[in-house]
Amino acid sequence: MFLRPRTLQDALEALASTGGVLLAGGTDIFPSLGEQPLTGTVIDISGLQELRGIETGDQEIVIGGRTTWSDIVSANLPRGFDGLKAAAREVGSIQIQNQATIAGNICNASPAADGVAALLALDAGLTLTSTEGSRELPLSEFILGNRRTARRPHEILTAVRIPRRLENAASVFLKLGARRYLVISIVMVAANLLTDREGRIREALIAVGSCSPRSVRLPELERALVGRSIKNDLRLVVAGEQFAPLSPIDDVRGTAAYRTDAALTLVRRALAACAERTA
Amino acid sequence: MNTLTAAELTLSLNGTSVCVQSDPRSRLSKVLREEFRLTGTKVGCDAGDCGACTVLLNGVPVCACLTAVGQVVGSEVVTIEGLQGTSATFEKLQRSFLEYGAAQCGICTPGMLLSAVALLDENPQPSETEVMDALGGVLCRCTGYRKIVRAVMKANSETGHAAAEAGTGGPVGKRVQRVDGLKKVQGRDIFGADEWPVDSLLLRVVRSPFHRAEFSFGDLQKYQAENPGVIGIFTARDVPGLNRFGVIAPFADQPVFAESETRFRGEAVAAVVGDADAIESLELRKFPVLWKELPALADPLKALEPSAPKVHATRPDNVLVRGRVVHGDVEEALRKADFVVEAEFETGFIEHAYIEPEAGFARRVGDRIEVQACTQAPYTDRKGIAAILGIAEEAVRVIPTAVGGGFGSKLDLSLQPFLIVAAWHLKQPVKMVYHRIESIQSTTKRHPSRIRCRAGAAKDGKLVAMDVTGTFNTGAYASWGPTVAARVPIHASGPYKVPHYRALTQAVHTHIVPAGAFRGFGVPQGTIAQEQIYDALAEKVGMDKLEFRILNALKATDETVTGQVLGEGVGIKDCLEALRPLWISAHKEASEFNKSAHSPLRRGAGVAGMWYGCGNTSLSNPSTMRVGLKRDGRIALHQGAVDIGQGSATVVTQMCAEALGAPLEKFDLVSGDTDSTPDAGKTSASRQTFVSGKAAMLAGQQLRAAILKLAGQCECAKIQFADGVLHFKDGKRQKSLQLCALPPDGRGYVVSVEATYDPPTKPLNKDGQGTPYAVYGFGAHLAEVEVDMELGTVKVTRISAAHDVGRAINPTLIEGQIEGGAAQGLGMALMEEFFPGKGENLHDYLIPTIGDMPPVESILIEDASAEGPFGAKGVGEQALIPTAPAILNAIYDAIGVRIYKLPATPDKVRAAILAKSAAGGGKSHG
Repeated sequence: MFLRPRTLQDALEALASTGGVLLAGGTDIFPSLGEQPLTGTVIDISGLQELRGIETGDQEIVIGGRTTWSDIVSANLPRGFDGLKAAAREVGSIQIQNQATIAGNICNASPAADGVAALLALDAGLTLTSTEGSRELPLSEFILGNRRTARRPHEILTAVRIPRRLENAASVFLKLGARRYLVISIVMVAANLLTDREGRIREALIAVGSCSPRSVRLPELERALVGRSIKNDLRLVVAGEQFAPLSPIDDVRGTAAYRTDAALTLVRRALAACAERTA
Repeated sequence: MNTLTAAELTLSLNGTSVCVQSDPRSRLSKVLREEFRLTGTKVGCDAGDCGACTVLLNGVPVCACLTAVGQVVGSEVVTIEGLQGTSATFEKLQRSFLEYGAAQCGICTPGMLLSAVALLDENPQPSETEVMDALGGVLCRCTGYRKIVRAVMKANSETGHAAAEAGTGGPVGKRVQRVDGLKKVQGRDIFGADEWPVDSLLLRVVRSPFHRAEFSFGDLQKYQAENPGVIGIFTARDVPGLNRFGVIAPFADQPVFAESETRFRGEAVAAVVGDADAIESLELRKFPVLWKELPALADPLKALEPSAPKVHATRPDNVLVRGRVVHGDVEEALRKADFVVEAEFETGFIEHAYIEPEAGFARRVGDRIEVQACTQAPYTDRKGIAAILGIAEEAVRVIPTAVGGGFGSKLDLSLQPFLIVAAWHLKQPVKMVYHRIESIQSTTKRHPSRIRCRAGAAKDGKLVAMDVTGTFNTGAYASWGPTVAARVPIHASGPYKVPHYRALTQAVHTHIVPAGAFRGFGVPQGTIAQEQIYDALAEKVGMDKLEFRILNALKATDETVTGQVLGEGVGIKDCLEALRPLWISAHKEASEFNKSAHSPLRRGAGVAGMWYGCGNTSLSNPSTMRVGLKRDGRIALHQGAVDIGQGSATVVTQMCAEALGAPLEKFDLVSGDTDSTPDAGKTSASRQTFVSGKAAMLAGQQLRAAILKLAGQCECAKIQFADGVLHFKDGKRQKSLQLCALPPDGRGYVVSVEATYDPPTKPLNKDGQGTPYAVYGFGAHLAEVEVDMELGTVKVTRISAAHDVGRAINPTLIEGQIEGGAAQGLGMALMEEFFPGKGENLHDYLIPTIGDMPPVESILIEDASAEGPFGAKGVGEQALIPTAPAILNAIYDAIGVRIYKLPATPDKVRAAILAKSAAGGGKSHG
């Protein structure tokens, strides 16, 4: 069965009553099928315009779950979103960016999801909606592990909320892959540094992807950065022990040791790039 | 709520409102191709990894394979077919693609064109980076992308088009457009998956999930009964003839269906055939087969141990074949050498990764079988198919389709054996399209290699000896393993004078997918070792690495390591010398950059040479061409050389036209079909320009002689081919010959001829001495790289490629081969490795994208070979061979670190940098 609800309410009811598979961008669902056709109940939410677009509220910038990466690239967003835009340009290819959605990237929960690291560094919160109502939780608590999330069976990730306090942060996203386009990250780093008028770091958000079952932030490093002047050489603050939250693995793309080593380098570069953008 | 039913499934397709009958959950790509028969949209991966299925959805490019047709209700979908006649941008791009040679095999061309249309409609004069960003989602395995970038950038500039080379004289040497180009840029060329009879059944294959397993079937009849729509199940016992095939008859060892034990993951045990919908939705892991996994061999060194299990009972030491070339006394020479270096190099499995997965159909016609599929070797296929069915070769008709990339793997039978067995029994057409997963699982790979070299030189820099031992993992079945084991020892000296030489190779069986032919038959692996060891030797001698190669370059009067004196057409020194000014400036630029570098980036330059014998090794490999004059004054050329994108159909026609003295436009091509075209051999071993080209040249000459004789003209008369009439001019005398009144010859032409050419070779003796090839191609590449010391990433910034092609029949097509070969070499050097059982897709197995290819400068050297047609030699494989070692030498030049195990992925390069700094730095060699 292929359901194409016209409203979010219809979609939620369909989900509650059928337990079907949500289809939005399709860029993760179809590749996962291998040789098999798509079967069972499919709820196509790609037509839900109410979930598409970016709105600026008093406290938050809210990105609808069905917003594509191309939508994000072409949106007029404050500089704190530079990292997210850079990540959006690295999602697969133009073809993928035109279809794939922000909610899909989050719900697929790949350790190598380009968007997730950038959103962690923006302290993103999520809105999950079901027929019973909505709940909110931080992105960092939503993704539980490799391909595991806290999404309940009847929920749709309807919105990604980013606090406006970060909209003037210096924002950088760096991706390391073994080729230029269409590449799964070996390591990626997102950094947002918020400074006061004197150039002192008020808040630092540093996230690393592809180095653990889910992208994670580096709280120890973030604490070490707060209070420092952006004019200092921030690279010197970076130390191996701050990377303890990472638990990289060996795979076809690189060894665990290399991932840790490259994460250190990329974090240093991301901090230097943030400082340059602040200057 | 809206549950879509078929009646509601309407959309705008190429400007027309259509109603879709297919299940709304179906992939849009499948619906376009199967329901609407818009086969210009290609399917390469079904995973968004290749972009071949790109269509415009509401004006923006998307992958049709990642879109359910139900999702595009009410939307506008435009495919390549819909742009024809409606988009001026598209037509400009088509012209530009043809002019710049941006389409080779043509399988990625629709995806490239649609992406480019979307770009140019927004941004008519894009920068190179903007073109790359827009086309980065479409993979191409043939062109090396540079001509595509150029064609897109130039599409809107009227003056930018390459000057059409009208000029005087015949077509040889001119940049004529490909004869099959128009249909490729229209998306109309018919590939393996693009055509099938309407009543075709669908076939799928049940494959081993284990590297090695014993198996037995459950109740197959019950399975068939429980799965309506399944019409037939076929296993080893249903093979009417021999359940064995293989490209080299004496070694044929691969069963159509395994009999009791599977020897690699992905090996077939059964085929299920029936109605397409039913077969597609079968979950094949539920097929009734009981597996018992057995211990498997993956490493050839383990396979050589006496206690190792035997892959084939008939090959007790697991060695398929050994190769040997011995010249002089290598031990004595190495003892006396002033400088000796030694090292071992390793390469892994490389996947061909053509964008077109194998596809085709078979049908029984009375007591004959017809197979239409993508292939590089129609007559070899015919022989193999006849044996499997136990029928005469003449009872087999092979119709090759356009080939969406082959590079050696489509020389072997792949899905044809299943199709013919099923079609033979069911007496109904049977079709199949490999999924990317099974294409990677079950078709041949480049042989992994482990090559140890010792090379010695005298104080003056002259090479005195080279000692090579190579072990190749040939996988479970023979395929082209014997050819690899034979070719490598002949070529592992490189194109240099090496007075004392010994090369011993062995191809060893393991329980892995068979390794077979891949652009160069092992020579690229050998060259990776040899060109790096010579680099190290030059350094030890204290010589400039290019000058070391120039000093030692083989001359026409020198003996090769097989004792052959070529006498002429040895252009290696010219190739190396052509690189000298670029080499000097590259080093100057790199050292200036490195001196002033405050960043972790270091630059370097490396060079590598190569040689490659054209045609089969010491074996007869004739090509036959038939050409006839038709009554309308046009020429029919029956040319069976399969064009796999490299352009053989074009150059073969150019050579025939030149010899006949007719313009190219007068030619009609009759291609491929074994019922109507004589055998032009396989598209392999860089033989089509040389061998088939020579046959075409001879045929052209003979037809000209026959026409002149028919018209009673002398040999020097000029012929003008007009509509239904020929005009002859001999000095001041003129004559015309009306063709309509002339009686047809035995083949239905006014007059026709067949010419055959077989290159003269001689067998090799037990020490590998003799004349393995009549003609060798030579070349050298200069690679410039930038290495990030902290991340280990390598960016190739420029490739300069000098190739001795004898005579450049079509410079644009040769550049296309060089750029495409360089791209595959770059991939081999930096990113490509297939891990059996892992990464059976195009996002784990990485090939270069448009953003990875640097500018390539091609330098064509024409050191003619009298044996070749108009002096020409092959270039198809030659182009790939020196790239990887040049890149590896450049990495060493930049950072003083040598990578012994390919590919030089960032983690390996970084680990080598760290190991070197831990050891205290300094350039050193093992």
